[in-house]
Amino acid sequence: MITRFLVQGMDRNLRLFILLVLAVGIALPLLNQLVPPGNPFHVPAWVMQLIGKYLCYALLALALDLVWGYCGILSLGHGAFFALGGYCMGMYLMRQIGSRGVYGNPLLPDFMVFLNYKQLPWFWHGFDQFWFAAIMIVLVPSVLAFALGWFAFRSRVTGVYLSIITQAMTFALMLAFFRNDMGLGGNNGLTDFKDILGFPVQSDATRGILCFVSALALALGLVASAAVVSSRFGKALTAVRDAESRMRFLGYRVEGYKLFVFVLSAAMAGIAGAIYVPQVGIINPSEFSPANSIEAVLWVAVGGRGTLIGPVIGAFIVNFGKTWLTGALPEVWLFALGALFIVVTLLLPKGVVGLWGQIKTRSRERRARAPA
Amino acid sequence: MSFLRLLAVLLSALASVSIAATALSADIQALVTNLTAGGLSDREAAVTALAASGDARAAPVLEALGAGQLYVRSADKVIVIGKGSGANIALVEAVSGKDAGTAPESALERVRVNNRLRGVIEGAVGSLTLMSPDIRVRRGAAESLLKRPDPAALGPLDAAIAAEKDTRVKQAFQEARAAVVLASDATSQQKIDAIAVLRDRGDREALGVLQGAVNRATDPAVKAASEAGAESVRQTLAAWGAAQNVWYGISLGSVLLLAAIGLAITFGTMGVINMAHGEMVMLGAYTTFVVQEIIRTSAPHLFDVSLLIALPLAFVVAGGIGILIERGIIRFLYGRPLDTLLATWGLSLVLQQAVRSIFGSSNREVGAPSWMSGTFQVGQLNITYGRLWIVIFSLVVFVALIMLLRKTPMGLYMRAVTQNRPMASAMGIRTPRVDALTFGLGSGIAGLAGVALSQIDNVSPNLGQGYIIDSFMVVVFGGVGNLFGTLVGALTLGVVNKFLEPYAGAVLGKILVLVFIILFIQRRPRGLFALKGRSVE
Amino acid sequence: MTEQRSTSALLYLSGVTVSFDGFKALNNLSLLVEPGEMRAIIGPNGAGKTTMMDVVTGKTRPDSGEVVFDGKSDLTKLDEAHIATLGIGRKFQKPTVFESHTVRDNLLLALAGLRSWYKLLLAAPTRAENARLDEILTIIRMTEQQHMPAARLSHGQKQWLEIGMLLAQDPKLLLVDEPVAGMTDVETETTAQVLREINKTHSVVVVEHDMSFVRALGVKVTVLHEGSMLAEGTLDQVSADPRVVEVYLGR
Repeated sequence: MITRFLVQGMDRNLRLFILLVLAVGIALPLLNQLVPPGNPFHVPAWVMQLIGKYLCYALLALALDLVWGYCGILSLGHGAFFALGGYCMGMYLMRQIGSRGVYGNPLLPDFMVFLNYKQLPWFWHGFDQFWFAAIMIVLVPSVLAFALGWFAFRSRVTGVYLSIITQAMTFALMLAFFRNDMGLGGNNGLTDFKDILGFPVQSDATRGILCFVSALALALGLVASAAVVSSRFGKALTAVRDAESRMRFLGYRVEGYKLFVFVLSAAMAGIAGAIYVPQVGIINPSEFSPANSIEAVLWVAVGGRGTLIGPVIGAFIVNFGKTWLTGALPEVWLFALGALFIVVTLLLPKGVVGLWGQIKTRSRERRARAPA
Repeated sequence: MSFLRLLAVLLSALASVSIAATALSADIQALVTNLTAGGLSDREAAVTALAASGDARAAPVLEALGAGQLYVRSADKVIVIGKGSGANIALVEAVSGKDAGTAPESALERVRVNNRLRGVIEGAVGSLTLMSPDIRVRRGAAESLLKRPDPAALGPLDAAIAAEKDTRVKQAFQEARAAVVLASDATSQQKIDAIAVLRDRGDREALGVLQGAVNRATDPAVKAASEAGAESVRQTLAAWGAAQNVWYGISLGSVLLLAAIGLAITFGTMGVINMAHGEMVMLGAYTTFVVQEIIRTSAPHLFDVSLLIALPLAFVVAGGIGILIERGIIRFLYGRPLDTLLATWGLSLVLQQAVRSIFGSSNREVGAPSWMSGTFQVGQLNITYGRLWIVIFSLVVFVALIMLLRKTPMGLYMRAVTQNRPMASAMGIRTPRVDALTFGLGSGIAGLAGVALSQIDNVSPNLGQGYIIDSFMVVVFGGVGNLFGTLVGALTLGVVNKFLEPYAGAVLGKILVLVFIILFIQRRPRGLFALKGRSVE
Repeated sequence: MTEQRSTSALLYLSGVTVSFDGFKALNNLSLLVEPGEMRAIIGPNGAGKTTMMDVVTGKTRPDSGEVVFDGKSDLTKLDEAHIATLGIGRKFQKPTVFESHTVRDNLLLALAGLRSWYKLLLAAPTRAENARLDEILTIIRMTEQQHMPAARLSHGQKQWLEIGMLLAQDPKLLLVDEPVAGMTDVETETTAQVLREINKTHSVVVVEHDMSFVRALGVKVTVLHEGSMLAEGTLDQVSADPRVVEVYLGR
């Protein structure tokens, strides 16, 4: 039954796409490690790191699309789930530093020594174990999403109200994490990581593995999402998106559907954040900024909401543009980003994937018409 | 003849006055010289003696002594007051105040004081300046006596009270006298009377004196009375503190109201969610900046009315851009609120970057006209003129908007279109035009808010971003589509925020307010003053 | 009141009052619908017809009064989804189908049975369910269009699909809101036939403006006015009632 559940949702295109993602995740590290520098096929470490980062963004975009594209819930706070997953990973990485910090304290991370902490705050316990951190990476965003969704969906807070609430949530979290009293490094956040599961974070080999893990996580995310959206649950979910009150009058408890997909999405975002942090080497409160969350919404919109491939493509296009423009023409980047928001909503409501679909249908129609 | 006699009388009178003056100055000279002689304990006696002379010229000398600026010039043993340090200390002769040139520190010998002596000096200076012709000096003297009551000052104080004409100063003297009585060995009854005087004063200084009296009192009656007095003052202080917080809250609330009221129009009545609303505020602030720049360079005498000139311009600039936004973007997105949200967010990024490109990303200086600077006191409330004007301004804008919606044809059209678009359209109202104008109105009000906010916030491209979430919170909290709800919502959130701050700190207070609103919206998704019934759907 | 709850009535409303900002949309309304009955509810604009439907389906909570379904369920305490699963179906004036789903998926979503999200996550349609879907597709004559997205159906086809969804939902009581608004005479007649057909196996409450349609149904009529029941009986009886005439024609 599980196999059918997993396979039924994937059409040929999606299966090929997932294989492509995995191929990238395998090929880049191999080309980096096995091909000597100077060879035209050598992939420099920074490219691998960049693609790894994009893969994490793509997973975040996919998570966001699950709630927005398939359930009509526009979350402007998904960056918060991403950042919480990242902080859980960051806490594990901080504990791995051990006595190699500047102050050489075997128990307390540097910033705690600096802030005169006498002992480890209670919520830091357990994070020296990877399994514990891994559980927290999923659990913390999920619990927050559950708490928010439980109240919001039961009170039937929908549409822009929900968007504003989620934005306020991530804003409040950002303010909270900026405080030194939170015991999470204040505005400097967590950084100076040394190793993960015993491997040095900075080495190319570890980066290669992290890049592969990002691709694997995205592939698994795609498989899981495909399974969910193509199940009868998924059909009900899109029906909720299109006509919520009709579903209620058919006897569906709409809240349960929304809550499940919201929590699932938050967990996926948390995992994306957790894989992201060791690759960029830092997590700080600015990850919570509302602008970040809205930017993630743009990736989904550019790629095409309500499709599984769309958010991945959107995340790659927008972030590639960002990397290129902020390097080449930093003044132009915000103009481009802002214009992209406007252009996509006005002219491309179905995103790049929708545009591609339109072109294909049109050419097929033309071909069908040609012989007649 | 009579004229000559008169002249003689005048002359002799003058002579006698000058003789008296010389005698006195000689006296003072000796007393001042005493200051520099002997050890620290002798010095205390000398200070008291000098203060007892009641001579106004003694005051600067004692002040200099207290500040460690009284020196003896090693070369000629002349006592001087020196300002500054190092190689060039500017000197004046003590008592006479004549310029005595400069001298390096090495050529001077400082007259030493310790903390105890400093206290004595301060009290002494207080009683000395009681008779000063300058009203501010007299009040200052009363205040300093209150803080450091010196029993020796009782005599001068009584004299000063008898001579004082100004009732406020007289009151201050009486309060100072009460403090002195408490510090002296007066009878218990006198002390209890003094406690009553201080209790009525009811501020932080009075509390300090009463607290001291509680600690020092030997007579249980006096102790009880001062305890009761201190408690009463504490309550008064708490009440004033609360009042001050309410004022701060109203002040913050009026800022929120200004930022949110335009949003209440666009979001509340049109249902259009404009994430670029904060940028309209920012444009208003930059308009103010530009107006002030032009005035500074070409017509400096107009500076005091710069804000009045900026107001209509900011309204036109922000409103005009608002109309362009509505015609260019938003009208294509009616019925798609989430897409409107994203498109206007993109717009806000473009506007921010545009302003950054033109004006740079650093903060811009917007000055306050003279009628907006300074503070005044009501009881123990500190009120700055700038904040007061902003509160008044926000209320004026609010009332004007209500009048506009209720009393003008434009307002009638707006209400008609928002309530029943097809019907309004059928009755010949050009709904697209009304949409554009409504949106322009909301944006224009944001521009007005920008003029006010330029006075209290940093004028930078990010100005608007800080207000957008708060504004939405206010509108949603107050109840969408209800302007009075927005007013109540803004003031409530402002006051709640300021009352949380002392306990939780500014940041945590803000977080708590956000969490409160998030929970509140879940309980009452339609806000404080929700519209009920089928019209909501 | 407990005795009355155990009456044979399928739907029982007693003293129901709903007010919006002081305006009483329903004022002490009482109404009985027997099992197997078809009832027409008429009344001028603002008489409270739609509000009554909202109260029965759980969309609006009454300020006071009793609403009992099937002699045991207190509808004032339940939400829409729960009420729907008890067996109360509602058809809106405007046909609402799930546009992005295929015709078959629309019917599948409406099909009585699974509603909870965790069961649907792993469930595939059973053989019995598929057979029922095929049956309904035949009844509404849409077997050929079953894999077409509902968005591409014509207006008439959407109406049929919605009737199919009601059949799939198989409610004990069906509430129908102005089914013939904007229809031609022929369509109105067809709709009346369909409703009579449905009434053979389900109880039906029809809210309608159109008097000729109500006459065509030929069922007991309840007249609402200002939130209360004004008259009840056959159409001929109520239209002879001077109070009804006054409400409809004015003084």
